[in-house]
Amino acid sequence: MTNGRHPAPRPGFVLDVDRNTPPILFHHGPGFRLEKLPAGRSRVIYPAEPLEGLPDPEAAIRHALLNPLGDSAPLPALLRPGMKLTIAFDDISLPLPPMRRPDIRQRVIEAVLDLAADAGVDDVHLIAALAIHRRMTEDELRHAVGDRVYDAFAPKGLLYNLDAEDPDGMVILGETPHGEDVHFCRRAAESDLVVYVNINLVSMDGGHKSTATGLAGYTGLRHHHNVHTLRNSKSLMDRKNSALHASNWRMGSVIRDAGVKIFQIETTVNNDTFGREGPLALLQKREWEWTGRDRAQFLAMRAGLDVLPSNTRRKIFDTWQAPYQMTSVQAGEVEAVHEVTTDNVYAQQLVPVEGQTDVLTMGLPYICPYNVNSIMNPILVMCLGLGYFFNLYRGRPLVREGGVLVMSHPTPWEFHPVHHPSYIDFFEQVLADTTDPVEIERRYEKQFAEDEWYIHLYRTSYAYHGVHPFYMWYWGSHALEHLGRVIIVGGDPAAVRRLGFQPASTLSDALEMASDVVGPQPTITHMKNPPLLMADVT
Amino acid sequence: MPLGIAPPPERRRLGADYDTAWARRYPARLARAAIVEGVMRPVMAVVADPTRAGVDRLDGLDGPAVFAANHHSHADTPLLMTSIPEPWRHQLVVAAAADYFFASRAGSALSALAIGAVPVERTRVSRDSGDRIAELIGEGWSLLIYPEGGRSPDGWGQEFRGGAAYLAIRCGVPVVPVHVAGTGRILRKGRNLPRRAKTTVTFGTPLAPHSDENARAFNERLEAAVTGLADETATDWWEARRRTRDGSSPNLTGPAGGAWRRAWALGDRDGRTRRRRRRWPEL
Repeated sequence: MTNGRHPAPRPGFVLDVDRNTPPILFHHGPGFRLEKLPAGRSRVIYPAEPLEGLPDPEAAIRHALLNPLGDSAPLPALLRPGMKLTIAFDDISLPLPPMRRPDIRQRVIEAVLDLAADAGVDDVHLIAALAIHRRMTEDELRHAVGDRVYDAFAPKGLLYNLDAEDPDGMVILGETPHGEDVHFCRRAAESDLVVYVNINLVSMDGGHKSTATGLAGYTGLRHHHNVHTLRNSKSLMDRKNSALHASNWRMGSVIRDAGVKIFQIETTVNNDTFGREGPLALLQKREWEWTGRDRAQFLAMRAGLDVLPSNTRRKIFDTWQAPYQMTSVQAGEVEAVHEVTTDNVYAQQLVPVEGQTDVLTMGLPYICPYNVNSIMNPILVMCLGLGYFFNLYRGRPLVREGGVLVMSHPTPWEFHPVHHPSYIDFFEQVLADTTDPVEIERRYEKQFAEDEWYIHLYRTSYAYHGVHPFYMWYWGSHALEHLGRVIIVGGDPAAVRRLGFQPASTLSDALEMASDVVGPQPTITHMKNPPLLMADVT
Repeated sequence: MPLGIAPPPERRRLGADYDTAWARRYPARLARAAIVEGVMRPVMAVVADPTRAGVDRLDGLDGPAVFAANHHSHADTPLLMTSIPEPWRHQLVVAAAADYFFASRAGSALSALAIGAVPVERTRVSRDSGDRIAELIGEGWSLLIYPEGGRSPDGWGQEFRGGAAYLAIRCGVPVVPVHVAGTGRILRKGRNLPRRAKTTVTFGTPLAPHSDENARAFNERLEAAVTGLADETATDWWEARRRTRDGSSPNLTGPAGGAWRRAWALGDRDGRTRRRRRRWPEL
């Protein structure tokens, strides 16, 4: 059956590797590896093909604004002359890679502003809800909200990045029953209406997390971005079993009870990360379906990348913009909206998998949420593998307790000095001392979080907050507790050892090393990601 | 010929009767693409230094469309031909005044070849031009038309005539409102030598006629859209959007009143005045 534009997308599935299975493509930072997995005991989880996007996104957005979900009036009924309106939107960390223009945020924000203009609303602020992420540059903001919106608001100081360290710009709205401070952007708190514009790339995003985290600073984040909470988030991508989300939901209640009216607009995208056509299209094809041209293109691409310096390779990949299409948009009351959004994310990404594995392998790509237009440093490698990809499960982790995680990434000992200054010190000082998240949290977090220089750089430069590398490390704390060993294939040995992991030159070596932990002839599962998939493990 | 028989009227080969079909065959299209990309684009880059805004609004546009723009200057057409994005750019015809562009054989051939002009009667009522263009749109060609019917005589816009709206309704295609700013400075009506100036081309959201909308009402909507785009260029999108809502967008046609008052209200927008700054008196 076809939908008229593309053949009907095939769902994700699990391939049992046999002797005829071709080598499998592993992402390897800004490069690739072809790996032959052992036959008879290996399987590969493939993502679903991209769902079809909405044929008329503008009409769908307008429909969502006029027909909200849950206990919410249509947006036009919430707008009136003389009111304070704040539009907050997701920052540079979404989607990944950045999508081609027009970005979904632009489409949605223009639709909201259209209605606001019709209602005679004058007092409008637009805020990039980046919490303690780095500030977005002008180019990045223009890409997200479009030139029209940027030119209309930014020069007048009405479109800006959240400054979560501005003592006058933040406010404590209250405390949850668990004693968690709800730290919130003052402008949003004092607005008659906050419209949040979200892109839900994975099921972790959205819901109360959009505002309770996105518009908060360290004072609020420390209550859920900590080792205890993250070890009890099983998984981060499964909202109902995530302590992180439970905390955000509690904070959401406090925000609501404080009188902050939030109109949530959530969108989902398909997983057309590399395009159905074009130079990277083969990255989302299944290997046995590669044509002769695909093989030649892959070999040429790999040979070309091999001779380029890493900086150039990274810049080439940074230019890639994904042709994502919007698959759904829903608006209204936060929780009702998020339920539908999560279902729509699952419809694209969820792949049923039976049983756990002894060894989980994954090829880490060149990008994660915190190195857009930047360097993927070793801490971010850890966070992407153990924090994000490991947690892309529902039910049980893909790998059994005490199992081994094998990741493929060059893991260079490299840092972006502007974006990640505190990462450098975290890597050099903290990890040189200990890799135990509990110990790190106890001994070092406060010092980094309150460091005046890091705060200055966060507020005035383009640096992640001083505490951010700690959160990256905590993000992987559930995996660190669960796994028996972590091995990185093709990484810088010194950097890998500093992370507390073991380096391996080849996948065969890694599997040999893994057998020391899980025994001979272990079962192996490869998570072929991206395009994104989430394992529904039974 | 016997005197009692009236001679058949001589077949006109110019003006609205000029046959431009040859200019839409592949060799001519190829030549036009070369002219657009090889001549017009670099010339416009130097002379007009264009800023192109709103191209993303054409994202969902599929199939042929009518591009309707305000008209200040002969520079408008090359500027628009290099600004209208693919896939419309190279399958585009331009509605050109039959009495001006198709008055001579050489001029007709040049207009048809270089800009893909098709003749449109503007001095007399005729169905032929509309039929011909409707046929072309039916074949997949897009149309660039200036609903004002001619270049601005004084720097202000003129009221839109209904041709663009009529053709869109008749052919069932959307109209893309386009505003061009700054070309009046390059080559306003009455000038022969161009001068350099910054220009802005702003594309608006494509408009589709409503099911019960007549050409007059659709034309008013189109003119309001171009007026809004003019305001967007002069201020910003949000200001323009709010003024559109209030109905207070500055009028394209300028203030009523005498010529001097209209010229006065124009300020230096048409670039008529050239200030010479001398650091030292010439002796």
